[in-house]
Amino acid sequence: MSRSIGFLSIATGLCFLVAGILFGTLGGVFYLFPQELRDLLPFTKLRPLHVSSIIFWILFTAIGGLYLYLPRHKAKLANKLGLGQYMLLFTAAIAILGCYAVGIFGGREYWEYPPVLGIFIATSFILLALNFYKGLRHKPALEKWPVYRWMWLSGIVFFLFSFAESYLWLIPYFKQNLVRDMAVQWKSYGALVGSWNMLINGSALFVMEKISNDKTTARSPLTFFMFFLGLFNLMFNWGHHFYNLPVSNTIRYTAYLVSMTELLILAKIIWNWRNSLSQAQKYKHLLPYRFFTVADIWILLNLVMAILMSVPAINLYTHGTHVTVAHAMGTTIGINTMLLLASVSYACIKFRNGFSLSQVKLLNRGLYLSNASLLVFWLALIGAGVTKAILQTDNPEIPHAFLMQQLAPWFIGFAASGFGLAAGIILMAGQLLRAIINRRRIPEQNQRQLQTL
Amino acid sequence: MLDRVLGTAIGIKLVYGCLLGCFLFFTAFVYTSEVPETAALPDQELALRGKHIWQEKNCSACHQFYGLGGYLGPDVTNVMSAKGKGEGYVRAILENGTATMPDFNLSVKDIDALVAYLIESDRSGKSGREHFEKDYFGQIHLKDQTNIPQQ
Repeated sequence: MSRSIGFLSIATGLCFLVAGILFGTLGGVFYLFPQELRDLLPFTKLRPLHVSSIIFWILFTAIGGLYLYLPRHKAKLANKLGLGQYMLLFTAAIAILGCYAVGIFGGREYWEYPPVLGIFIATSFILLALNFYKGLRHKPALEKWPVYRWMWLSGIVFFLFSFAESYLWLIPYFKQNLVRDMAVQWKSYGALVGSWNMLINGSALFVMEKISNDKTTARSPLTFFMFFLGLFNLMFNWGHHFYNLPVSNTIRYTAYLVSMTELLILAKIIWNWRNSLSQAQKYKHLLPYRFFTVADIWILLNLVMAILMSVPAINLYTHGTHVTVAHAMGTTIGINTMLLLASVSYACIKFRNGFSLSQVKLLNRGLYLSNASLLVFWLALIGAGVTKAILQTDNPEIPHAFLMQQLAPWFIGFAASGFGLAAGIILMAGQLLRAIINRRRIPEQNQRQLQTL
Repeated sequence: MLDRVLGTAIGIKLVYGCLLGCFLFFTAFVYTSEVPETAALPDQELALRGKHIWQEKNCSACHQFYGLGGYLGPDVTNVMSAKGKGEGYVRAILENGTATMPDFNLSVKDIDALVAYLIESDRSGKSGREHFEKDYFGQIHLKDQTNIPQQ
């Protein structure tokens, strides 16, 4: 589609990543000093600022990848649609963060802004869908589509569907019943997360194909089977968010059974582990591949966690605790962010001038620092969650203030590691932004990374 | 088998179509399936107003219903019927805030509406883990089934 809009979108995404990480770090500090910061930095503003910034990081960067990797069609139309899409999403993002900053809410968890702003996001995705369709029609495939195109298509379609569904609460039939409303809310949220995962995973598979020069994997029946398994989970497993909600047993058992099919994904990862290790060894000199390698480790850790949390008898204890936050952070930072950074670094090498050796060094430092910090962060959250579950199970009437006091050591752990995480990610985002903005050619002796692709 | 179905473009489109069909069917089921009837409450309009205030003040940043929301504050699904809590306790907190919860300067009408909303949530079911039991399959069920919709 359009390369300049692709990089504009990615650069915007990187800025939102930095903003999101900074808001998140402040959120961690708030956990340590809730009384002192109560009025100065209200958590009702900090949390949506953090979450929405990260969502916009994912959306802008994943969409930027599409603009770079999809076939280019008529330049004028592609540019118009792309620019329109970008401007709508950017306007929505700025307006939404502005609303949060001044305390204007009216939506619900994760989409707390006044609902009217959702129109900008939906229209932006309609333009993206149109651009995607035009791009593929302009250059019809002679053979069957590779799996990443199906992933992109599914990502766009399911985002639009689930985003619209998340606003059903505006209709009295849904909003008048708390339980039905919550069931539909979490159904749509589960699919929304699945939809942007499709966009990210599609780009990751595309980059992998280009790095390994192996065109068979993205077209093999086994890869398609795994894709359909992911899609199946996106469609039906969201009920594991609310096993304790008094909804129909059909919904609760469907979620349980479908979630357990993720064991097949886990089995495949373990089966392929040795192969993955030898591949990691083979491509370890490639910057994008390093991001893929750490994402692989986080996929394994979070998948085991997700499967355990999807068993209702275990979920009974983890639900409503920081174990859920650990899972959300592990997947968003460890998997989504690392895959997106792999895609951005590939794009910088392929379509820009790549990185100088000093930039590569800084990127590597950022990668190690962020992932080591994320591990501490993740473990601290799990520790807080498990401690909370034990204390609440022992004494269901335990006062909340006392409970929070008991969790304070874990909060210190996650707030402190949050600083390391922020430093590592900002270091990487800074270098990637430099590589996108700087169009000067890098001296030949510094082009080792460039030559490897 | 896998090669035959997923090795061709038609097979892939067919599987995709089937999945999409099942998804739409399941979506319709979710929208229409039975839920505990709280809509018949006498103060339904007031509870709806309370819901809007809940959203306008972004209470879910810190509080949860059924364990869903932020974790800085407690789960409030059953705060109206919890031992040692109830309406008086809720009103006092909404009027003055706490050490960690700001005073939102709510009017008496706003507080009435929020209380009605919390009464609605309390009547919809139970969220604490002490109210659930596990079966041999690993699924959980409310010990008191009165709020579970009948199949």
